[in-house]
Amino acid sequence: MPADIEAAVISNTRLSEHYSVLSLAAPEIAALARPGQFVMVKPSRGTDPLLRRPFSIFETLRDASGSPIGITLLNKRIGVGTGLLYEVEPGMHVACLGPLGKPFEPVDPPAEAWMVAGGVGLAPFVSLAEALKARGTRTTLFYGARTAQELYYVDAFERLGVRPVLATEDGSRGVRGLITAPLGDAFRSLPSANTVQLYVCGPTPMMRAVARLAETNGRGCDVSLEQVMGCGLGGCYSCVVLAKDTSGSAHFVRSCLDGPVFDSRRIVWEALAH
Amino acid sequence: MDLTVSIGSLRLPNPLIAASGCFGYGVEYSDVVDLSTLGGVAVKGLFLAEREGHPPPRIVETPSGMLNAIGLQGIGVHRFIREKLPELRDRRAITFVNICGTTIDEYVELARILSDHEGVAALELNISCPNIKEGGITFGCSLTGTHAVVSAVRKVTTLPVIPKLTPNVTDVASFAKAAENAGADAVSLVNTFLAMAIDVETRRPRLSNIVGGLSGPAIRPIAVRMVYECRQAVKLPIIGMGGIASAADVLEFLIAGATAVQVGTANFVEPFIWPKLIDGLRDYMKRHGIARISELTGSLDTTKKETAWISS
Repeated sequence: MPADIEAAVISNTRLSEHYSVLSLAAPEIAALARPGQFVMVKPSRGTDPLLRRPFSIFETLRDASGSPIGITLLNKRIGVGTGLLYEVEPGMHVACLGPLGKPFEPVDPPAEAWMVAGGVGLAPFVSLAEALKARGTRTTLFYGARTAQELYYVDAFERLGVRPVLATEDGSRGVRGLITAPLGDAFRSLPSANTVQLYVCGPTPMMRAVARLAETNGRGCDVSLEQVMGCGLGGCYSCVVLAKDTSGSAHFVRSCLDGPVFDSRRIVWEALAH
Repeated sequence: MDLTVSIGSLRLPNPLIAASGCFGYGVEYSDVVDLSTLGGVAVKGLFLAEREGHPPPRIVETPSGMLNAIGLQGIGVHRFIREKLPELRDRRAITFVNICGTTIDEYVELARILSDHEGVAALELNISCPNIKEGGITFGCSLTGTHAVVSAVRKVTTLPVIPKLTPNVTDVASFAKAAENAGADAVSLVNTFLAMAIDVETRRPRLSNIVGGLSGPAIRPIAVRMVYECRQAVKLPIIGMGGIASAADVLEFLIAGATAVQVGTANFVEPFIWPKLIDGLRDYMKRHGIARISELTGSLDTTKKETAWISS
């Protein structure tokens, strides 16, 4: 059962002009959260903007004894709501509902995992990396952004034992170009006997390209889709994506309940607008 | 304190009903609220057959409101009866089934099918969805159409029949009157206001359907006025709705003439709103010495009073 908390803002660390990491005191949500789940956050009191916004749970905050006390959100300001959240200060409160949605399922058996992130799509992967580490899964993070300045938390992933493979569009760090290039190389050098599961979150064209690579190479691939959401609980039917059922026929399904994590083979990519 | 209200033969524990289209099939919310504590649950509009609805984007925010053009995606009445109704029954939800058709025969068929199943408390006739062209709204925008649908459904069911009226007409009260003349047990109003929003950078509509229905606090004063007008035109119970987000908003609708209300968009923002609304109503009744909430219905005082600034 999700909790709705008036969460105190512990800190709001601006990583750049566009990105911030918002730490919220939300022990009830932190205690239940699983990798890939999301929360619905109300950026302000009042009615404009009216609706909450969905955010992946970025990190789980723990006290000295290891008890969960809160969560962080990776926020990129792109609109009114995310702009307001970029501005919030410690001591303020934001309404936070969660955890919601289907989580990532860590690979079983714990063989090898490739996480593929683009931009703010990094958000679900800290908690997934922790879960994979706990299972002894060998994990690589393929992470692309426009510039070196927009690659965040690489050290944190390395501390979790994750091997980073980086790409920037301007070549300022890692491979120049899109992350799909080093990912394609990795597929080519991967022994066919090795089992590997992919986890992807980022811009739709990137997810579609990665899903194709995974399918071509016969590897499992979970994608975390970001859709406009009204409620996060299945009430409004606004966050639908066209997804195939077991018989192969495609229907609109609610990404808040059936997702946000989907097996990439279910998604009808041509229908996914962004 | 007595919070119960009556809609025809139906007795509700309180006047707060979850609005159709804003609460899934009810079962989605069983973790969040004890469904039996609600005055009712109006489930998402059902056709005979399953429907896919419109492609995204299906919603867009506007000042103090939102536009939606979901397009009545739904599982159809048969799957509803198999997959959702048993749980609603087990959870003792007072279930208002919202039905939509493209012809009068389809409404009649839906009413017949649902009347045979235990756990259906009332039929809300959707004759007001602004987002689909091929039915519903055609009846809701014509007085003879409204009369025809309501009287046809009336003949085949003993369940309370509640047409849901559109505000997208010149005079809503005349539609309430047509529904009353046709044998409706109550009317619910208002559905959303037809509206649109444009991305000026791309010059494209923000909804895939181009137009959609406006809901939320932005529409509340208009909805209150429409309930007030209907109260004066008909004796039927009115279920009022439009942007309710607090107990004070509920009271406004009751005083304007509603017997019960529906809460829709606010449930998206605040799914745990229901006990807060109940507490707020109790607090108001205590402060005003009101024993039965039904006393408030239509209690608007329009007598002229000398105001302080005139007498001083």
